[in-house]
Amino acid sequence: MTTERERRFVGPRRGQIFFALGFLVFSGLLLSQIGSETRWVDNTQLFAQPRFWPAVGLLAMVALGMFHLIDLLWRQIKPFDRNETLKWARALEYVGWFMAYVVIVPVVGYLPTTLLFVPLLAWRMGYRSKRMLWISAGLGFCIVVLFKSFLAVRIPGAASYEYLPDALRNFFILNF
Amino acid sequence: METFLASLEILARWDVALALLTGSVGGVLIGAIPGVGPAVAIAILLPTTFSMDPIVGLTVLLGIYGSSMYGGAIPAILINTPGTAVNALTTYDGYTMTARGEPRRALSLAYSASFFGGVFSVICLILFAPVLAKVAPLFGSREIFLAALLGIILVIVAHRGQTLIAGALAGFGLFLQTIGLEPVKYTQRYTFDQDFLGGGINLIVVVLGLFALSQAFVLLTDVDEKVRLTKLRGGMFQGPRELARHPRIAGASASFGVAMGMIPGVGEFTAQFMSYTYAQRTSKRPEDFGHGSSEGLIASETSNNAVPAAAMVPLLALGIPGEALTAMMLSVFYVHNVVPGPGLFQNQMDFVVALYLALLILNVLVLIFLLFATKSLIQVVRIPNRFLGVIILTLSFVGVYSLRNSATDCLIAAVFGMLGFILKRLSLPIVPIILGMVLGGIMEVKLRAAMARVKTPWDFIDRPVAFSLFVIIFLVLGAHIFRVWYDRRDLKEAEWQTKHRSMRFGGLISRRRSSLLKARGKMVRARHSRSLHRSTDRD
Repeated sequence: MTTERERRFVGPRRGQIFFALGFLVFSGLLLSQIGSETRWVDNTQLFAQPRFWPAVGLLAMVALGMFHLIDLLWRQIKPFDRNETLKWARALEYVGWFMAYVVIVPVVGYLPTTLLFVPLLAWRMGYRSKRMLWISAGLGFCIVVLFKSFLAVRIPGAASYEYLPDALRNFFILNF
Repeated sequence: METFLASLEILARWDVALALLTGSVGGVLIGAIPGVGPAVAIAILLPTTFSMDPIVGLTVLLGIYGSSMYGGAIPAILINTPGTAVNALTTYDGYTMTARGEPRRALSLAYSASFFGGVFSVICLILFAPVLAKVAPLFGSREIFLAALLGIILVIVAHRGQTLIAGALAGFGLFLQTIGLEPVKYTQRYTFDQDFLGGGINLIVVVLGLFALSQAFVLLTDVDEKVRLTKLRGGMFQGPRELARHPRIAGASASFGVAMGMIPGVGEFTAQFMSYTYAQRTSKRPEDFGHGSSEGLIASETSNNAVPAAAMVPLLALGIPGEALTAMMLSVFYVHNVVPGPGLFQNQMDFVVALYLALLILNVLVLIFLLFATKSLIQVVRIPNRFLGVIILTLSFVGVYSLRNSATDCLIAAVFGMLGFILKRLSLPIVPIILGMVLGGIMEVKLRAAMARVKTPWDFIDRPVAFSLFVIIFLVLGAHIFRVWYDRRDLKEAEWQTKHRSMRFGGLISRRRSSLLKARGKMVRARHSRSLHRSTDRD
């Protein structure tokens, strides 16, 4: 049965304790490095010390993070908490997709990579009909044209463009 | 009048007109798609606006900010799913109207109420601008420091039930902005001898990670929902007439929106809560609220749309953003060397009025667009969740990579994306990190400047504005401590009332044993044994 304390808890209860614990450990580790990672300058006011603001931030993280963890200790770790951390880990796959996209663009080019990346990821997500794959390729093309060709965002030409004929190379570097 | 004409001149350009159109239509579209929201769109578009004129870039972003709530009302009313977080209250009465066969009436009323809220706040602020121009110069370093501190405190205490972790995350933001080369003493802070940390952690990279990438991860790991759209019946122009029948509620809600929008860290949710409560308490039919009440719909939509213009006040007048979206806009100012703050109101009043006029025009454009294009627009609701995730992930790349063409930036954004994903899964607040970063930077600079002229602690608050801000901080903290104490006492009372004895077997046996061992138990046992003997004798 749900207790009164559980009923009043803001947000889902699963995974909270692991996050609070991780946050506290991370903050504690950072705070332990304050001596070597910041300097104390002689003949300078406390508020103007380079160490002052990192210390304020880290002390807030450690102190409030600790109170937050203590506030969560009324409940035991349950299987739901472990399942939640597995769900967090599942998102790492998409971090991998994103980083692969980042690494490939400067080599292969923004347009070719996007034309490949969007349908591939759409396929991975289960949109495997021809219609959806064409839509995703079209969307990829529109994104590249809108941002690179019209809005001229700073995405450099790829290494592979060097192998194109002169006129085409300049056009590709500028627009795709 | 001169200022007004000068600001019209600023706006009378084809690129500003295009920005207005793009911002308004784009904002409505983004708002209408559940799962995207203005924060994601603004985060992705931020680096793109850096190459534009400040007025053009800000108009696009303001357009998205101001019009997304109009769009967010569409799925809230038609499929009971708010397009943006602030449209959650709209579902209470809007969806109920749809369920009883009045979707067009609900949409029309929501558009009219939003339009009224938006226009009301812009007019208020245009009229209020001369007063602000007089008040803003009273803010020196110490006042701005105290106002920023108040902003951070308000953001933290606004997260009721999560104050501790909100404070810790604000501390994290504060820490993040200190990483890199310290600009006064030229010492490295938390760089761990890594070159990429020497320049610090870019706010836009963090914003894109926490808002855009995290949302992409949320959508990609989610499942697609089946959407059933209701057919639109009834006239689209009855909303203004119905709104005119409730001038008191519309006026009060818009005023709440303006007042709450101006206070850093408060924003739409408090404005909506106050307006809705006021409307319900003063209504002749309070029982209708939550069951398709037109007054409830007016209260929620008017108040949330009155906030964007008002939220620009602390940003423009003091350079202090009150929430995440205005914090993102602050970076556009910085990129163009336009420093928001008291100086902006004194020297570039025409620019400020131009921004407000842009918001006014934007509201008109959005209303016209929605009145004629709603039928086609509602189809965007059908885009599957995970496919949206694919699009957001692809767009996030443009946002991060175009900043400095750095793969390291992308990696940092991905790390913050994971953090944002976890925070979203746990329903923990993200905004304190962003405001900690932005306001932390302001506080560091202003405190250093202020302390150079302060001899005793009392000197810090010896000016009227500084003293007032100090008293407000004190009151906010006092009220928060009281509320925490009250909540804990209330919880203990509730726990005490619902407390019952253990139903475990061991507990039952133990209670039985102690009962039998007590004097009364012995007496009862003796009586029972006597009656048992008697019955045996009779036999």
